[in-house]
Amino acid sequence: MSQWRRVHKADAVAVPAGGLARRWRLGERLVEGWIYLAGLLAIVVLLGIIILLIKEGLPIFLDTPPWEFFFGTKWYPVSEPPTFGIMPFFVATLWVTVVATAISVPVGVACAAYLSEVAPGSVRETVKPIIELLAGFPSVVMGFIGLMLLSPLVQSAFNLNTGLSGLTAGIMLAFMSLPIIISVSEDAMRAVPDEFRQASYALGATKWETIWHVCIPAALSGITAAVMLGVGRAIGETMTVLMVAGGALAVPVSPTEPMMPMTAAIASGIGNAVRGGLQYQALFAIGLILFVLTLFVNLVADRVLERQKRKFQR
Amino acid sequence: MTTRIGATSRQISQQVAFGFLIAATAVVVIPVIIIIIQIVVTGAGAISWDFLSQAPSQAGKAGGILPAILGTFYLMLGTIIVALPVGVLAGVYLSEYAHDNWLTRTVNMAIVNLAGVPSIVYGLFGLGVFVLMFHLGMSLLSASLTLACQALAMTVTTSREAILAVPRGYREGSLAVGATRWQTIRHVVLPQAMPGIITGAVLAMSRAAGETAPILVVGAAFFLPALPGSPFDQFMALPYHLYTVAAHVPGMPRTTIWGVALVLLAVVLSFNVIATIIRLRSRKRRYST
Repeated sequence: MSQWRRVHKADAVAVPAGGLARRWRLGERLVEGWIYLAGLLAIVVLLGIIILLIKEGLPIFLDTPPWEFFFGTKWYPVSEPPTFGIMPFFVATLWVTVVATAISVPVGVACAAYLSEVAPGSVRETVKPIIELLAGFPSVVMGFIGLMLLSPLVQSAFNLNTGLSGLTAGIMLAFMSLPIIISVSEDAMRAVPDEFRQASYALGATKWETIWHVCIPAALSGITAAVMLGVGRAIGETMTVLMVAGGALAVPVSPTEPMMPMTAAIASGIGNAVRGGLQYQALFAIGLILFVLTLFVNLVADRVLERQKRKFQR
Repeated sequence: MTTRIGATSRQISQQVAFGFLIAATAVVVIPVIIIIIQIVVTGAGAISWDFLSQAPSQAGKAGGILPAILGTFYLMLGTIIVALPVGVLAGVYLSEYAHDNWLTRTVNMAIVNLAGVPSIVYGLFGLGVFVLMFHLGMSLLSASLTLACQALAMTVTTSREAILAVPRGYREGSLAVGATRWQTIRHVVLPQAMPGIITGAVLAMSRAAGETAPILVVGAAFFLPALPGSPFDQFMALPYHLYTVAAHVPGMPRTTIWGVALVLLAVVLSFNVIATIIRLRSRKRRYST
């Protein structure tokens, strides 16, 4: 990591004695102090998030026992007495994530395989910037597009009462997680050494057989990480599901129903929640669950990626 | 004979498979093009000088979106003023000072995880810490600090990578002529790493311009005819404006909504393009030795 290990002892010798030099060193120490502080800030922010979510969120369990909170199916924050069951939100998040993953994984991996193994350079050079463009789309624009263009299509295609459903949200989420799935999978496939392909051709395999039986299996851990990152994206995405998923409070039994995933529940409820009140605590508790879920997904993805990186190093 | 038949059927299955791969790529690319064309064509009808330079009236149904545009620029500025210096210093720490020990690994792990925290959770963090604990209120300042925390992971990562890419010989040369470690970083390493750092900063600004969920929690206003006069004022912002006019205002003229989407997309994507240009230009002249 450090570039200085071998050389940094030299600079202590190089500084001549004297007031000016010493003042210089003082200024340097100051700057270096700031550098250390900034380096630690990432930990501070992460710990701050954890502490805040725990401090504001956990007290809800004094009112609603964890069992009722996690498995309760009724979310009535303003009725008397209020009930806080997050099952509807949890199942909604599950549905939209499942729909998004079911679409984005096959499409994303196929697209990555095409770009990495098949596409001529010119096609690659045109397609990649377009995918990067997609990665830059703000989520509220995707929600808006889902609202305006996709939901009427879904409504008529599946003959639904409303086009605002978990399915519509899932399709939009699939789109939003495609850029990361494609780029990470493509990197993983490009990292497969050429000898693997040549050995496969030498055995008489076609290009497709080589992709299917050699490249994709060799890149599988990278592709797994890509899928995990895509799933993390889908779980945490807020604006799109808030605008497109329909916002119904019942436990959804099918993805074609309107529903409200956890992120949307926080976004739509937090404006009305009184600070320190039960609803406020309950929403922070949902935030804590979201945080833990995405933390887990990202940690696993990071581990898998590290392993993939080391795989072909010699 | 059998092998030849086998070979042709394998050729056919290869053709079918490649057809599927191309179709998958088309499924990704074509909607992007349709979305951009649709937004540009429909939104262009709303764009006029008045639309860009006037305050809204009648709950956004008439008038322009100037406060939202300015609010978004203030937000981008506020975010980068905080996130860039901290990001560069942290990048210097990770690439130049940190040893390979548990602390460094923890910092790197924290950064990876910060990048994956959902934006709505950053919103809750900003609400709890900046709005309520520090009493900054529902203000431009609170929102900027919240977005800066979110942008931190990106500015640190890009700075670290840009600094690590500076060849070791540059440092050794500088140290050899008697410069101290900080002088070397300040005058040799950082200037070399600058294009990479700026690219990351511009991308972080583009991200901040499009972020909606955190500012929704930290308190963007939907309708404010006046421009924010100080960092402690409430503010309008383009993404939040798009959300409300698209999802919450009944009877909103369609072209106006598309117009807001077009302006937002133009701001965000133009910053993306700027980042790409900086990256490509610096790649050309880099380390030709």
